[in-house]
Amino acid sequence: MSQLAQLCTFYVDGLLLGVEVENVQEVIRYQEMTRVPLAPAVIGGLINLRGQIVTAVDLRQRLGLHSRSQGTLPMNVVVRTDDGAMSLLVDEIGDVVEVEEASFEAAPDTLAPEARELIRGVYKLKRDLLLLLDTDKAVNSAVMAIAHTA
Amino acid sequence: MNEMQEVIDEFLIESSELLEQFERDLVALEKDRNNPELLASIFRAIHTIKGSGGTLGFSTIAALTHVGENLLSRLRDGLLLLDPAIATALLSMADALRSLLSKIKESGEEGDLDTSSLLEQLSQYVSALPANTENSVAAVETEKAPQPVPRIGELLMSMGTSAEEVHSALQAQETGDQRKIGEILVANNAAEPGALVEALRVQREAAADVHASNTIRVDVGLLDKLMNRVGELVLARNQILQFTGSQEDAMFLNAAQRLNLITTELQESVMKTRMQPIGTVWNALPRIVRDLSLECHKQVEIEMVGAETELDKTIIEAIKGPLTHIVRNSLDHGIETPEVRVARAKRPQGLLTLRAFHEGGQVIIEISDDGNGIRTEAVKQKAIAKGKLREEEAARMSERELLNLVFLPGLSTAEQVTNISGRGVGMDVVKTNIEKIGGNIDLQSTPEQGTTIRIKIPLTLAIIPALMVTSAGERFAIPQVSLVELVRVEADKAERKLEFVHGAPVYRLRGNLLPLIHLNRVLNMSAAEAHAEDCTNIVVLQAGERQIGLVVDDINDTEEIVVKPLSKQLKSLFCFAGATIMGDGRVALILDVMGLAQFIHIVNERRDTAQIADSVARDATANGLAAQSWLVFRAGDRGRMAIPLSAVSRLEEFSCRAVEYSAGRHVIQYRGEIMPLYTVPEVLGKSPGDLPQLFQVIVHSEDGTSIGLVVDEILDIAEQTVARTTTQQTGPFCGTAVIQQHVTDLFDLRALRQHASRSPQEAIA
Repeated sequence: MSQLAQLCTFYVDGLLLGVEVENVQEVIRYQEMTRVPLAPAVIGGLINLRGQIVTAVDLRQRLGLHSRSQGTLPMNVVVRTDDGAMSLLVDEIGDVVEVEEASFEAAPDTLAPEARELIRGVYKLKRDLLLLLDTDKAVNSAVMAIAHTA
Repeated sequence: MNEMQEVIDEFLIESSELLEQFERDLVALEKDRNNPELLASIFRAIHTIKGSGGTLGFSTIAALTHVGENLLSRLRDGLLLLDPAIATALLSMADALRSLLSKIKESGEEGDLDTSSLLEQLSQYVSALPANTENSVAAVETEKAPQPVPRIGELLMSMGTSAEEVHSALQAQETGDQRKIGEILVANNAAEPGALVEALRVQREAAADVHASNTIRVDVGLLDKLMNRVGELVLARNQILQFTGSQEDAMFLNAAQRLNLITTELQESVMKTRMQPIGTVWNALPRIVRDLSLECHKQVEIEMVGAETELDKTIIEAIKGPLTHIVRNSLDHGIETPEVRVARAKRPQGLLTLRAFHEGGQVIIEISDDGNGIRTEAVKQKAIAKGKLREEEAARMSERELLNLVFLPGLSTAEQVTNISGRGVGMDVVKTNIEKIGGNIDLQSTPEQGTTIRIKIPLTLAIIPALMVTSAGERFAIPQVSLVELVRVEADKAERKLEFVHGAPVYRLRGNLLPLIHLNRVLNMSAAEAHAEDCTNIVVLQAGERQIGLVVDDINDTEEIVVKPLSKQLKSLFCFAGATIMGDGRVALILDVMGLAQFIHIVNERRDTAQIADSVARDATANGLAAQSWLVFRAGDRGRMAIPLSAVSRLEEFSCRAVEYSAGRHVIQYRGEIMPLYTVPEVLGKSPGDLPQLFQVIVHSEDGTSIGLVVDEILDIAEQTVARTTTQQTGPFCGTAVIQQHVTDLFDLRALRQHASRSPQEAIA
């Protein structure tokens, strides 16, 4: 018997990524964001989630991908982390996919270093490759801890 | 929580309250030795602790309180007179009880605290006199028996049973009848069974009344939650109020108006539930004053005015430490010994006055003594001797500025170091702690007349009034506490009024130069489109001792905002104190004025270093007397090292997979350029060594190129005045200093850069 897991999937610059459904609090369309001056580029801004202030992390920046083209608005995948709710900014929301443990494989070594630490591994789906994102690492890192831009 | 635990918790809370009262009354009793009420209250407190402690099986507590009670009964019966030695013994008993209580709280058991010497000491006073304890203890017990509950006999008498019947039933009880009085009376046909049931009911209700009080204990967590919810409600209210502007429906406007009023009232009431009188902190002070004055052979009276002034619970907790520290200081080197005081024609008793009152939405606490005062000359000399101040600077300072030097770290004006205070740690910590809760502290002193310390603190931290401003299209909230005034400079005058000192913009505000900063520039935001009216809005802010003028595009409204913390990822941005949700539902950042001022300090340093020649700058940094931020890190086997934060452009983490090689050196592709990486051993001329899997890099960018220094660990950022202690230079090290009590090598990134620009040529050669 192979283990089944449910992943909430989304697209970021053509990559198909997924996080465990248990970690997802909700998925919401674009929210007006307040940018945070002097913050690292990975911080997309702050959103008001029904009275709660949630920090949004731009996954494109976090994964070292190209910036989103002007005029396209990101979606929010709100995930539960050790530090409370955080939002991941993604391009498009995919389906909830059921994956089998058997189709899982570690991430290839050739992955860019920024992405490597965030990707726990790859599920080989019939048509696509689904990358499993480590949410805690995605919102937390030494790079983001201190940023001085002047 | 099981039932037993609940009972124990109740006991712990009750006992610590009783101990507080015990201490307070005992210290008061020392002043007023013949006050029977105080003595009775002290007695009752210990008696109650003994009773409940014994019932719960805490034998050490029971033994200790038993001896204490014996001693107290002698005092009450006039067989002994309270002298300082006895009072000290009783107070140490209270201390011992307190530590037993905290042990119980931690582990559920009393632990093995050794109380034998204390017991011996206490019983010494007792055994010095003829034994006569038992009846006095019994007397208290009857005194303590709850009187207001009516007895069954009395109740039945009021319902028609004759007094004689009740009397004979009581006599029957005394001669050995085991039945209850009601049963006897019913059996004797002296009372109706129905009347007895009624009487029992009345008695039960009366008993409940005696125990019921008009206060209940509430979990602070619940209050916090309630406070948060009210915060949300305030936000929703603000949102609706904004909406009403565009509405004309009278019904809706009415409802909105009511909602507004109710919300405000609710907010006030909820805030009140978290309020505590400042007396709760002050209560501990008479005891401290008493112990210290005995220790330093001084006579000190403490006077407290306004103990009922209320403050938010979190603030009460935060000021406990600073207040105690100030009081200790006052006693130790404020108030003189009686001999000196008499020589100065003062009363031999020193007077320490604590005053608390409300003023303009803030609470003011004043601590004044009529002691030594502070000689500014001494402070000045000390500051110069410690290298905190140059003589030229000192000569220019006002009396008040000199006085406030005592808040600098490492300055103590006491000639002697005692174990009470005077080691030079303290007032700076007091100041930081007060500022942390949004307050400020000021000191006034007249030599030989006394010192007054004035602390200003906000009432609450959760909901604060703030001024909303706009800069580069973004809104920011500025806490009203830091606000001094608003200045608007008209376009035609702006050119004349805004001047520059060495490139730094200033404004002449009533004859004084006000340094200006543009919020959009500090925050690295693009400037907004040209203004319609083209005038300059200056928000004058108080940042510690200094005033700064913040130039913003627009000044909006003042609003009550709910402070929400920033997520962990953004905590390190010291320009922001938090965020809040505005009436329209958008998020706005709250500016941290102190942080902003510090940030400008760094920005200014950078500008200076850019303008002055490198070598001069390096000298200034190494000898620099001004407080500076240092990034402290660990690398190689050199131990602790630090570089000025102003030289750090970024901190990065890389994987060793990303490292490539060029000209025999580690390089990495970074932001579209090739950045050379240096390790500390390599800079010292040794082999660079292997890089770990993941490593941290301090990036230094200048003139568009970057270099990276590989470090093992980033330890801290320290804001500190650093006086270079050794001038010996080895390679990239420009000296050694003590940062945060540790010897730290000062690393010079510019030397590294020179090293970097040299090496390719060497490689070619």
